Amino acid sequence: MASQAKSNVLDPLIDNNPITLQVLGICSALAVTTNMTSALIMSVALTLVTAFSSATISMIRHYIPSSIRIIVQMTIIASLVIIVDQILKAYAYEASKQLSVFVGLIITNCIVMGRAEAYAMQNPPGMSFLDGIGNGLGYSVILMVVAFIRELFGAGKLFGHTIIPVTNDGGWYLPNGLMLLPPSAFFIIAMIIWVIRSWKPQQIEAPDYQIHQVHRTEVL
Amino acid sequence: MAEITQKKGFFGRLMALPNDDPKKTIFIALILCLVCSVMVSTAAVTLKPKQMLNQKNDIRKNILTVTGLYEPGVDMETAFEKFEVLLVDLATGEYAENDLDPTTFDQYKAAGSPDLGVRLGNREDIASIGSRSKYAPVYILREGEEIEQLIIPVYGYGLWSTMYGFLSLENDFNTIRGLRFYDHGETPGLGGEIENPRWLMKWQGKKIYDENGNVEFRVARGFVDNNAPQAEYRVDGLSGATITSKGVSNMITFWLGENGFGPYLQNMRSDMGNN
Repeated sequence: MASQAKSNVLDPLIDNNPITLQVLGICSALAVTTNMTSALIMSVALTLVTAFSSATISMIRHYIPSSIRIIVQMTIIASLVIIVDQILKAYAYEASKQLSVFVGLIITNCIVMGRAEAYAMQNPPGMSFLDGIGNGLGYSVILMVVAFIRELFGAGKLFGHTIIPVTNDGGWYLPNGLMLLPPSAFFIIAMIIWVIRSWKPQQIEAPDYQIHQVHRTEVL
Repeated sequence: MAEITQKKGFFGRLMALPNDDPKKTIFIALILCLVCSVMVSTAAVTLKPKQMLNQKNDIRKNILTVTGLYEPGVDMETAFEKFEVLLVDLATGEYAENDLDPTTFDQYKAAGSPDLGVRLGNREDIASIGSRSKYAPVYILREGEEIEQLIIPVYGYGLWSTMYGFLSLENDFNTIRGLRFYDHGETPGLGGEIENPRWLMKWQGKKIYDENGNVEFRVARGFVDNNAPQAEYRVDGLSGATITSKGVSNMITFWLGENGFGPYLQNMRSDMGNN
């Protein structure tokens, strides 16, 4: 049981990472990673929502009619997201202004729904809660790495503190504007996936199809 | 068997049904909606006052920043006591004589409403905002009896987004004291540099109206040649953000022009001449 709990939390960090292996939750990873502060708040919000929605859904899993189970999951997730959004507006106003619609869009984040459907519907609440925490952390790790690279090279800052003085403020570093635009997040995530799969080749997927090898003897 | 289910009552009988029974499905859906809506509305209602205060303080903070009075940790209520908030009828340039509360008046909402908004024609709408409110708030900072600074809200369309800010004028109502944007969605690092304090510093001391009372102020393309005759009406454009710079320029032209605060500022200037 203890080892199950441990693997629920630790597996999604690298071995079964929701972003790099399952390639879920990419949209918000593009949107909120221009600086580390918003990435951190988004990570915390998503981890909490995933954990509590998984736990809640798991608690009532024996009573959820299968015909409306997706709607039931959505309702629970949406309620939690609204509550998180309201709390942010009250206690972290600046951050909630920066994150604007993206907190609300946690509802559509495939990770939350995916964990509810794939894990919480079959497992007890405690384990589901840990599974939600684990997957939230897996998402957070990637978000923080991407935000670190984007903010450092795009604005010369980390958490809003100047690390490299940029030319606009009279420093020497000409920031890479691409880093602040959404495509750069794609490139960085792709490179992270590349690194992880080179390190752990078992994550490499079998190709869907093979390009046909033409031999000289074959008539075209 | 029948006896046992009877003992559980209505609720128990419903729960004992198979999960896919339509009655139970509807029952579960109802209960879930009820519980969730209670949770959501509790959160919304209990946190509302704090959120309203945050919004109000955010606007106050921006006004204090543009006047140069803002310091982190300052108490908003006391810092804001020095300001007088008044509502201006933009068409006449007089203070509005109605019972709208200037401190809570939302000109962005009013712009879209049929009785408080004015649709702008193509040629008038240089800031690309579609319509404007009939009334707009102004914030007057006094030093004793004398007006020290006048702060007006300005907004207009840039490259991707509407940029919202405050413009502060000196008490000659013709010299810019400062400008701050508090909300926009321009490209970070390019158009987003409208937030850069170093750029905003360059606005200080620039003149707005020429001798005929027309808005001469503009954001230049590239750098301003300080020897040019118009240099005091020009501020450097942002490199890599031509359209955003143009948007900022148009926004100022609109809000200081005849469809914006032009008539009001004209009145203020002539009042000053009479005294």
